[in-house]
Amino acid sequence: MFARNSTAATVLAGALAAGVLMSAPAAQARDLTIVSWGGAYQDAQRQAYFKPFMDQIKTKMVEESWDGGIGVLRAKIQSKANTWDVVQVESEELLIGCEEGLYEKIDWSKLGGQGKFIPSAVNPCGVGAIVYNFVLAYDGARTKDGPKSWADFWDVQKWPGKRAMRKGPKTTLEIALMADGVKPEDVYKELATDAGVERAFKKLDQIKANIIWWEKGAQPPQLLASGDAAMVVAYNGRISAANKTDKRDFKIVWANSIYTIDSWVIMKDSPNKDAAYNFLAFVNDPKNQAKLPPLIPYGVTTAAATAMIDKSVLPELPTAPDNFKSVVHLDDKFWLENLDKLNQRFNAWVAK
Amino acid sequence: MTAADGAAGGIAAPARADLRRQLGRSRRRERRQAALLVAPLVLFLFATFLAPIAAMLWRGVADEEVSRILPRVTAALAGWDGRALPPEAAFAALIEDMRAARDAGTLASAGTRLNYDINGFRTLVFATARRLPAEQPADARTALIAIDAKWGDVETWGAIRRAAGPATDFYLLAALDLKRNAAGDVVAAPANEAVFVNLLLRTLGISALVTLVCLLLGYPVAYYLSSLPARTANLLMVLVLLPFWTSLLVRLAAWVVMLQRDGIVNNLLLRLDLVSSPLSLLYSRFAVVVAMVHVLLPFMVLPLMSVMRGIPGAHLRAAASLGAPPRTVFRRIYLPQTLPGIAAGTLLVFIQALGYYITPALVGGGDDQMIGSFIAFYATRTINWGMAAALSFMLLGATVLLYFIYSRLVGFERLRLG
Repeated sequence: MFARNSTAATVLAGALAAGVLMSAPAAQARDLTIVSWGGAYQDAQRQAYFKPFMDQIKTKMVEESWDGGIGVLRAKIQSKANTWDVVQVESEELLIGCEEGLYEKIDWSKLGGQGKFIPSAVNPCGVGAIVYNFVLAYDGARTKDGPKSWADFWDVQKWPGKRAMRKGPKTTLEIALMADGVKPEDVYKELATDAGVERAFKKLDQIKANIIWWEKGAQPPQLLASGDAAMVVAYNGRISAANKTDKRDFKIVWANSIYTIDSWVIMKDSPNKDAAYNFLAFVNDPKNQAKLPPLIPYGVTTAAATAMIDKSVLPELPTAPDNFKSVVHLDDKFWLENLDKLNQRFNAWVAK
Repeated sequence: MTAADGAAGGIAAPARADLRRQLGRSRRRERRQAALLVAPLVLFLFATFLAPIAAMLWRGVADEEVSRILPRVTAALAGWDGRALPPEAAFAALIEDMRAARDAGTLASAGTRLNYDINGFRTLVFATARRLPAEQPADARTALIAIDAKWGDVETWGAIRRAAGPATDFYLLAALDLKRNAAGDVVAAPANEAVFVNLLLRTLGISALVTLVCLLLGYPVAYYLSSLPARTANLLMVLVLLPFWTSLLVRLAAWVVMLQRDGIVNNLLLRLDLVSSPLSLLYSRFAVVVAMVHVLLPFMVLPLMSVMRGIPGAHLRAAASLGAPPRTVFRRIYLPQTLPGIAAGTLLVFIQALGYYITPALVGGGDDQMIGSFIAFYATRTINWGMAAALSFMLLGATVLLYFIYSRLVGFERLRLG
């Protein structure tokens, strides 16, 4: 009897305590949350930006990663449970999100004015973060006489083995057309027509059985290292970073690579707008921006920073004259209009 | 009052009625107690299982974005016959609605919904919104067609009318690779968009294959475990349950390391000279089946083992003593008695395998994806709840159908989980 009473009393006390704790008001607002692409790139950003930012500006920030997809950002805003403040997005995600009102409009006066930046880095809703290329990469240690063009990517007789491409129509269709002989400057004209899209998918059908589809930027160097893929489409910085940190001999083919820019955006109704602007001002300070390329060779977005970059790194950047010669600029306006339609078509094709 | 009295030749009628009432009362009390004990679980299941599933399935047929965001034009198109262009009032209503939606920032949802029906609608909506006249024009029809010629096309207005809601069969038809054309008939979707039926068949095929392999591998293991003394069996049981103690992703990463070109399996085969160059094992159907069998095998072994433990050895010995060879003993005495365990095990493994999508995504190729990956894609990447719900509906429907066929064949009452 006594034991039962004291057990009941304990249970009651526990329930009351839990109730009190749960009803305690949710105290502080969240910390500034920065979202980037993960992997070697985010490691480099941590070293060049995040840690110095926290040390110098004394603001607590939390970092997360994501893999892209405008739907993710749409869901966060629509559900009114958004936990992200500053996100790095791709070029057409910037345009789509700006149109749909997912981002705050940038107040350029807080960042030092638009003139500080290269023209492609300026957008009403976003400020350019890095300039990078989708390149053809292969392992120089396994393949002595390597490929030199996208047409070689399709040559499975001379270079047997699987190919790795980014899962999605963006960049995949342009590469297919270039491999089929379309000149870089005509790629988007061709892709805007139904016949052009058919042509790209027919070309992709030729090697479909050999393609490994990747979604995270860290996968292509991993596939090259393990030998699962003989050639990959990859972000140039990740390949160079693998060469540096893992002592690999991956080679990059810059000819006809696809050149694009990623931007920082501030999510709509973020409670940490001031901290976000502090962060953006910090990473767009030319002195700080110049610290990133030596860690991972992506191009920077302020004119002044380019002059401050360590000279030894310049040949690996997308903006180096040799690398820039025959690039294709990713047409974000084309993808703004056609992403939904081609996504649907691509998903149906890849699942067959 | 005692049983002896009752057995001795019947109780008197009033006493019998009294007894019946008491019996009824105590039975009702028992049932009440049982209901009270079960009630919390029923409420929990309802709130966390049935209600969310019903809400999700409702999303597959609900269609309220366009009627909510463009109310005036939806109302104006209500009486339209769909043959020629709609009346002037519809054009004026559209301009008003688009202006209001553009200013409120809600235009994107409507544009996306209409884009599912006709590709390019999203662009049309946004391009039109950008070039709307500042105030309501006198001739809305001319003004709109001047902005974009598509507004002079009956198909465009047909799409808006089809999206009026409140319910639609658009998503369900799309999940079956069908669509409605302008006249309203159901036609097959073009070949380069038709993927879901194949996907469902592939999902069922892979799950069936995985279930079969699990059965072939798990049956001998269960037999062996059930024939051991309890202590040794428990120890070996730990080995069977070991996969449960590690995360699924860790196990899949381990398979990647094992099966990759430079991996353990290939190195072993090369070392033993069984192959001359490394095999391409990863990113293939083989890798998907192997990884799924690895994860689901315990679910086959456990029910089988517990059923096998309950089969009296005396039956087998009796059959042998009556002259049956071992094969016949197995086929006619042992196997039929393990059928409930086989039924339970295959059901568990099959239904779980249907929902897998991370395993094919990580170790499979492009054409090994199962329907779950599309549901996840629509739910998390493009936030198209209609398609995600419709595909879930399809998967649920296929599962329920198969379950009924299965229970007809096997007999529900014979199912035993242990």
